[in-house]
Amino acid sequence: MSEQERSSSALREFARNLRQAPRRFLETVFRHGPPRTDRTRSTFVFGNVFLHLHAARTHRWSLRWTTTLGLGLVTAAAFVITLVTGVLLMFYYKPYPDVAYQSIKDIHFVVPTGLFMRNVHRWAANVMVVAVILHMARVFYTAAYRAPREFNWVIGMGLLVTTLGLSFTGYLLPWDQLAYWAITIGANIAQSPREITDALGITDWADIGGLQRQLLLGSDVVGEEALIRFYLLHVMLLPLLLVALLAVHFWRVRKDGGLARPADADRRLGPPPADAYPVFTEAPRKTYQLAAVVRGRTAAVGNGPEQTVPSMPHLFYAELGVFMLTTLICLALSLWIDAPLKELANPNVPENPAKAPWYFLGLQECVSFSAFMGGVGIPLIVLAGLGLIPYLDREERGTGVWCGGPGGWPLVRWATLFGLAAAIGVEAFAIRCGWLREWFPDIPQLVITFVNPGTLLAALYALFSLFVVRKQNSVRAGALALFTCFLCGFVVLTIIGTYFRGPNWEFFWSPADWPKH
Amino acid sequence: MTAEARAPRSRLDPEPVTRRDVLGLAALWSAITALGFGLIGSLRLPRAAVLSSPSKKFRVTLPDSLPAGQAFVPPGRAVALFRDAAGVYAVSLICTHLGCVVKSTPTGFECPCHGSRFTLDGTVARGPAPQPLPWHKVTGGGGEYVVDEGANVPQGTRLQA
Ligand code: HEM
Ligand code: FES
Repeated sequence: MSEQERSSSALREFARNLRQAPRRFLETVFRHGPPRTDRTRSTFVFGNVFLHLHAARTHRWSLRWTTTLGLGLVTAAAFVITLVTGVLLMFYYKPYPDVAYQSIKDIHFVVPTGLFMRNVHRWAANVMVVAVILHMARVFYTAAYRAPREFNWVIGMGLLVTTLGLSFTGYLLPWDQLAYWAITIGANIAQSPREITDALGITDWADIGGLQRQLLLGSDVVGEEALIRFYLLHVMLLPLLLVALLAVHFWRVRKDGGLARPADADRRLGPPPADAYPVFTEAPRKTYQLAAVVRGRTAAVGNGPEQTVPSMPHLFYAELGVFMLTTLICLALSLWIDAPLKELANPNVPENPAKAPWYFLGLQECVSFSAFMGGVGIPLIVLAGLGLIPYLDREERGTGVWCGGPGGWPLVRWATLFGLAAAIGVEAFAIRCGWLREWFPDIPQLVITFVNPGTLLAALYALFSLFVVRKQNSVRAGALALFTCFLCGFVVLTIIGTYFRGPNWEFFWSPADWPKH
Repeated sequence: MTAEARAPRSRLDPEPVTRRDVLGLAALWSAITALGFGLIGSLRLPRAAVLSSPSKKFRVTLPDSLPAGQAFVPPGRAVALFRDAAGVYAVSLICTHLGCVVKSTPTGFECPCHGSRFTLDGTVARGPAPQPLPWHKVTGGGGEYVVDEGANVPQGTRLQA
């Protein structure tokens, strides 16, 4: 080959490589080709750092929509939406008193698409709170917290608290009247252990309440320090915490063998439909070696893969569908109802009524009887109770089935009835007749702290479920009763707080009856 | 005992503690201790040493025409001043329940947030407030007074006018 020929062949190769570069680039990104065979469908999942939080194959039980109602995914989707819109809002938002209000006003009235983004952010945040509560209820009612998923339930509680924390911290940011007074009340709830320490006379050297409030506000008023702290929590610390917890949460779902299902799931499912893509075309080679290091039963050992289908496409398309649905809901709500913005915060004149975000109005209702019990005591009891569920209920009947376990649906119906009746009854009594302070003006505060409509209701619920435990001879039955009762109590108190409380937190049948001022 | 005499170990059996582990454990625990102290140390930071709150003392002139038993609320302050035959006194308007600013009415005070009611001297008459409204220290005289929101005095303490 002459010198000239050789250089022209290198030039030809250069031209050919250049032509092929786009296709080669795509091939290096998606290394395994389109997911069309059993093997490439699997590599599609575990060859991708994000997707491999999923298993390569999914059990058909997990894909029935009645198994989860898609609620966990709705929560995650709503979180992603708040993340995107939140970052956009950060372009304009300035966390400094009064300036903050002006910047939200700019976002609301001037910034192109600002109002829309703000609406979507707020609605997605609300959807997230609703979905996270419903998701927890789903896991509870299908008894999906049982071994080996106990710890994932605890992680889930961390997610619940973090979600509420995100919402609460976000609520202050607009620095309007609504925000200012909700946070004033919230910060004073953090201080309410003083109700106990004052009554015991130990506040001077064990002022837990004061310390909590001071850590939250960085000052003894809700001012610039508080706003910057809430901002930091809202855009950095809590989102990071949430993402970390989410990673553990999803990973454990996979490691715990996919979603919980009844022992006889295969029989209930029947044979796979003809259009599914169910069978292994090649035998798995690696799974059995792993069995030596994985404790307990794994999905692949002893159970056979017959009832599983490839996650791509079956699971991923379902997930995408839920994600789009959530987006649709948030967009529709945003087009329909605008996020509120009241007047600039005024530390001298409280909003009347000053209401917390709706999901805290049930607590605010309890707080209106005793600050400590409503704001700290009862929430802690509820959280502790929820956290203990998987460690107390170690039965096996009913896993993976709605209202599974002794008692079942009839028990849940009775508990609903009892839960609603008790909540409405106690509230009606307190609203009509008042409470201890009105009858005995000199009564010590400690008595009211421990005997008030909130604690009375909790005690009624506890007694009812102890009765159920005895009657059904099952812890699960008691848990079903207690959880249902508390859910009913939450709903009743939240509705009363939202719709039936007016100025001075008095009871009104409708906002139309509120006195004009 | 020689190594061969031992029963063969399965790979699921825990390994015996070797000499090397002493160092490993020491490293682990020193890391944990350092993290612990670091955490405690950095938790001290968010607890402000100096609270950036506005001054708690303020000057106020009571109008001569103020009738006995009627509240005078200086603009921008959550304090009600009264003058009666026995002297001048100041009652805090910050609800002892959860910190809303109470409204003064002819018969006492009403809290808009959860409906606490207080009598004219700050005693709780109704609702969730656990404590009476505190009285603040008043100094000065001749129509000009200084109220210190940071200093409380027992209920009933008046400044002789
Ligand atoms: C990384 C994630 C997030 C970022 C960067 C972010 C950022 C922001 C910013 C800058 C604001 C102030 C603008 C405004 O008030 O409209 C805001 C408000 C708010 N955020 Fe977020 N956010 C995030 C996640 C969340 C989540 C997960 C929730 C609740 C579940 C949430 C709930 C709220 C609420 C209720 C407001 C008040 C909205 C309003 O009235 O304007 N945020 N957020
Ligand atoms: S803050 Fe006054 S009654 Fe709650």
